[in-house]
Amino acid sequence: MTWDDFVLAFFSWQIVSEAWPILWDGLQRTILMSIMVVPLGFLGGTILALLSTVHNPWVRWPAAVWTDVFRALPPLVLLIFLYAGVPFTGLEISAWGAVAIGFFLNTGSYYGEILRAGIESVPRGQQEAARSTGLTRWQTMRWIVLPQAFRNVLPDLISNTLEVVKLTSIASVVALPELLFQARQAQSVTYNATPIVAAAVIYFILLWPMVRVLSRLENKALAGRR
Amino acid sequence: MTNWERFVDSFFNARVAAEYFPKIVEGFWLTIVLAACIIVTGLAAGLGLAVIRAFGLRVVNLLIIFVVDLFRALPPLVIIALLYFGLPAAGLSMDGFVCAWIALAAVLMAFSEEIFWAGITAVPKGQWEAARSTGLGFLQTLGYVVLPQALRMTIPPLTNRTIAITKGTALASVVAVPDILGAANAGVSFSFNPTPLTMGAAAYLVLFLPVVIFGRWVETRFAWKR
Amino acid sequence: MAIVEATGIHKHFGALHVLKGVDLVVQEKELVFVIGPSGSGKSTLLRCLNRLEEPSGGAIIVDGVDMLSPRTDINKARQRIGMVFQSFNLYPHMTALGNVTLALRKVLGLPKAEAEKRGQAALDRVHLADRAGHFPGQLSGGQQQRVAIARAIALEPRVMLFDEPTSALDPELVGGVLEAMRELRQDGMTMVVVSHEMAFARAAADRVVFMADGAIVEQGTPDEVFGNPQHERTKAFIGQIGRH
Repeated sequence: MTWDDFVLAFFSWQIVSEAWPILWDGLQRTILMSIMVVPLGFLGGTILALLSTVHNPWVRWPAAVWTDVFRALPPLVLLIFLYAGVPFTGLEISAWGAVAIGFFLNTGSYYGEILRAGIESVPRGQQEAARSTGLTRWQTMRWIVLPQAFRNVLPDLISNTLEVVKLTSIASVVALPELLFQARQAQSVTYNATPIVAAAVIYFILLWPMVRVLSRLENKALAGRR
Repeated sequence: MTNWERFVDSFFNARVAAEYFPKIVEGFWLTIVLAACIIVTGLAAGLGLAVIRAFGLRVVNLLIIFVVDLFRALPPLVIIALLYFGLPAAGLSMDGFVCAWIALAAVLMAFSEEIFWAGITAVPKGQWEAARSTGLGFLQTLGYVVLPQALRMTIPPLTNRTIAITKGTALASVVAVPDILGAANAGVSFSFNPTPLTMGAAAYLVLFLPVVIFGRWVETRFAWKR
Repeated sequence: MAIVEATGIHKHFGALHVLKGVDLVVQEKELVFVIGPSGSGKSTLLRCLNRLEEPSGGAIIVDGVDMLSPRTDINKARQRIGMVFQSFNLYPHMTALGNVTLALRKVLGLPKAEAEKRGQAALDRVHLADRAGHFPGQLSGGQQQRVAIARAIALEPRVMLFDEPTSALDPELVGGVLEAMRELRQDGMTMVVVSHEMAFARAAADRVVFMADGAIVEQGTPDEVFGNPQHERTKAFIGQIGRH
């Protein structure tokens, strides 16, 4: 294979321009999906984290088991189960519905675990001080504990958000035409690898700034802990 | 059939379960083998890169940082697709197992390099100076003094990251690897019953639930105390 | 005979000129005390002697070895120069004995038993033989610093450098470290000490060197420097110390 063949197979400008409309279509859907699933997962996580602070073991333990089960199950398994398994019961779930539920369960557990660690990282003295000034338990949580908790685990939250955005690529398996799916379509039509390379480049351009910020934050956090 | 009967017949069908149990078990072992390959090569490569980075060669380090960023930013499924569907265009065809192995090992390499490196830089400068002042060389200091301390610090984040990436083995099913999910998917399409998916999900829980709980334990056991 | 001969040492940190041509000669069995306000360059000078800092210019001969020559095996040369740090810098993942024997085994290549015998003897010299199996986290600051001294003397260096060895210690723990240093001196060790322990300097030093702004301002016996300082800056510094 000559260099020119190689460039033609992987970096063909002509293929990129031909495939661009469909790639752009996929990219928009990837972004839309991210905008949908990140807040959804965050919501699920906040609920789980708050449940884990409740003293009643009948609330706390199911929340912990729930979190571990959905952290143990690979998200793709969950997604396929929802998309290909559940309809056998007569309950039709669209690809978008399966993605929404699957991500809510999976990423919710991850966000939940991070937020729980964040809440635990806030010294008890903070709660005691707040309660001593007459704030209720809920007010203490809302105004004193959660703000500090968020800040303490910010790098982990960003890291998880990055993972969630990357994870949206598995929706291609359930035929949701996001970026990777469209790139695969274009690749099989043109029998040229360029569309997949283009998709990879788009992901990289989209997510690299986040990786850089994260790398800075993580190093700082580690240096502070020594 | 009542709804309940239909539900049981769909997801907990004894006949289908018995038929596909051996396939799922085969997939179970394949998943373990794939996971082991990924963990060993990924962590070894990550540690290797971190050690090379410690030499402080500017050009080499910029290259390492770029490679690490690249594999942190790209979704694993995109890398797998690139290797499995893209590389044949260059005349290089690898089977799905190898593609998944390389892709996920590269991702683990990137994440673990970042963690190992953060651990190395978190060891106080005085440790280097004390060791060097007694005549230990650079590599001796790294090997006997710095790395043992760095590795201890990196155990919790490394454990959790390794678990998260190992769960990605389910992605191999997309490129025709008969791992747990691959075997389950095949079972569903042959039997036209989702019970194999239930078994697959159960198999993943058997495999990963202990690991997730172990990760939780590691986190408290090796908290950042010295 | 001179053990340390440093001449015309310069050190720049970027635009900062922290050592401006310092000459320091230390004779065998001499205890030289380096004092001066913070930022005067005394620690940097000490760290240049075993090249933990790379001097920007000058010459350093330690025990006949040219420290700055590219042909010198720096790791070998450093065996002859023991160093004790302000923050101890013990290896937290090793026992006291492990700290002391690491270089014996990996640098001198001694077999384990031999290294442990020598390490135990070094710990005995700082009166910590019974703490050999303890980890740094289980020792007091003063004990940690004495282990650090043992780690250095186990290699039987020709000269010992002390970089503010008691500055990080609680007052009640300082005595034990100074005692270990005094005993070392009685055994005839050549020592260069950067410290603020003026009483110890008066009692034990052969020579006191006063540094300010990256240069040696004056030097002499403790009686001369403390009792009758010549230079204005020395007077001001001694006066300030005296008031505390």
